[in-house]
Amino acid sequence: MITLSHYIVLGAVLFCIAVAGMFINRKNVIVLLMSIELMLLAVNMNFVAFSRFLGDVSGQVFVFFILTVAAAEAAIGLAILVLLFRNRSTINIADIDSMKG
Amino acid sequence: MPNLNDILIMLPEFFLVAMACVLLITDAFMKAEERPYLHWISIATLAVSIYLVIAGQPGQAATAFGGMFVRDETAEILKVFALVTTVLVFVYSRPYLIDRKLLIGEFYTLMIFAVLGIMLLVSAGNLVSVYLGLELLSLSSYALVALNRDAVLPSEAAIKYFVLGALASGMLLYGMSMVYGASGMGGTPTLDLAQLHHVMGYTKAPTLLLFGLIFMIVGVGFKLGAAPFHMWIPDVYQGAPTPVTAFIASGSKLAAFGMAFRLLDAGMGDLSHQWQLMLAVLAVASLAIGNLVAIVQTNLKRMLAYSTISHMGYLLLGLSAANAEGYAAAMFYAICYALMSVAAFGVMLAMARAGFECEEISDLKGLGKKSPWMALLMLLTLFSLAGVPPLVGFWAKALVLEAAIHAHMMWLAIVGIVFAIIGLYYYLYVIKVMYFDQPAEGSVLQSKSDMSMRVMLSLNALGLLALGLYWGPLLGWCRHAFGI
Repeated sequence: MITLSHYIVLGAVLFCIAVAGMFINRKNVIVLLMSIELMLLAVNMNFVAFSRFLGDVSGQVFVFFILTVAAAEAAIGLAILVLLFRNRSTINIADIDSMKG
Repeated sequence: MPNLNDILIMLPEFFLVAMACVLLITDAFMKAEERPYLHWISIATLAVSIYLVIAGQPGQAATAFGGMFVRDETAEILKVFALVTTVLVFVYSRPYLIDRKLLIGEFYTLMIFAVLGIMLLVSAGNLVSVYLGLELLSLSSYALVALNRDAVLPSEAAIKYFVLGALASGMLLYGMSMVYGASGMGGTPTLDLAQLHHVMGYTKAPTLLLFGLIFMIVGVGFKLGAAPFHMWIPDVYQGAPTPVTAFIASGSKLAAFGMAFRLLDAGMGDLSHQWQLMLAVLAVASLAIGNLVAIVQTNLKRMLAYSTISHMGYLLLGLSAANAEGYAAAMFYAICYALMSVAAFGVMLAMARAGFECEEISDLKGLGKKSPWMALLMLLTLFSLAGVPPLVGFWAKALVLEAAIHAHMMWLAIVGIVFAIIGLYYYLYVIKVMYFDQPAEGSVLQSKSDMSMRVMLSLNALGLLALGLYWGPLLGWCRHAFGI
């Protein structure tokens, strides 16, 4: 029998993978964008699980909003990435270091 | 069911949406030489919204759309000042934008959408509206930072801002999901902030609720720019075009205060004894990192970024008192800070010209001789930021310190005073450079001749002095919003 806590643990594992992906990754900005998406999906998993098991629909409505905003966010992120590549000819994280102090 | 009354409550917001769309369409059909009119249309739009906010039955609290949107005096004050600072940013940035061929419809439309995000955020009555307001503000800000598409620094700043901002919203959402779950254990699950207020009393999963609270505080800390979540602030301030920096340093900070107040007091007020100490720790870290690192900066925008971090420390000092007096002091602080920082960036915008950003501290050498009036305005602003009486920055600091002492956090107030004295150094250093250093070979420090800018900038900086001498009404308004 799959219970609420299984889903919450799954959400937590996904969230941790996403955060680890952001902090361990030293190569590529695209991986960062993927981690951000995964993080939002982990949140969605939590909301849907709570909503289903506690019998309230508002959590699932929130998920629709998160999905929509995530799409807009990905669009803006990729646009900024294109801009960065055009100006710097690299999307390697280690090279994005013009500002220090 | 939504009805006409709901729409009337949200009239200023609806008006802004409509005008942002009108601006987009007019921009598409405008010839290049007609673009400057966009500037006046946007300022008129913001002026009408200020009128609509003030005219909408002041002081009478109301909710719209089933509690999603709350209109109360707190929201009203924050909205008025967010709109006023945005008008100031528009006025100050016109010559700068013309010089750099950035006077385009995107700037005005995105700014108006960002202000709309602020207005929704400070009026949020539900976790969904907190999230949507925040994202509207953040997404517009990411795009604004990258407005100058052909330069390297802005695109780097934008990608850093985007990644860290998205991480912060992810954390905030994860916290919200836990709070939602905790509210359902032993009661009806809810996203409504007013109902969440009582969750601690009945929930069977207090640990889950606490975890949610911690994640939400991380999200709020990111948006405020409080240490240790401040990494994005210096790079974004330095990399973004100065008008955008001015907006992020003023309007966004009002929004961050509104968001912290809505989430922590309206939503999690029952848990105040839990988050008080967390905010106090964030405050001490911000004061220490902001003031100490600002000392070694040579770039004026970067120095002001670290000064922002330290100012957010003072704001958190007021919030961590967790009572009406503390909130009123923190709101007064946020408003004064917004007015001060917009003036500081305004002077930088006035001195900048094509090919010269005026963003190094050494660029201001000899400003006192070359442009005495601008130097005087900068002097007033910097003294106010440093907290020198009789300017308003002093009273703002004194009030948050008083609130912390009344909330039995004497140690926190002492830390605040020590770092206020350390912070004096880097503000006074800039003043020394302006008045006592000889101008560099061949430096042309000539302020812009744009009349509206000179008048507004003078009013803004002298207003800091006037507010410092006569601060009663503004403080009274803030205190009234919190019922004192």
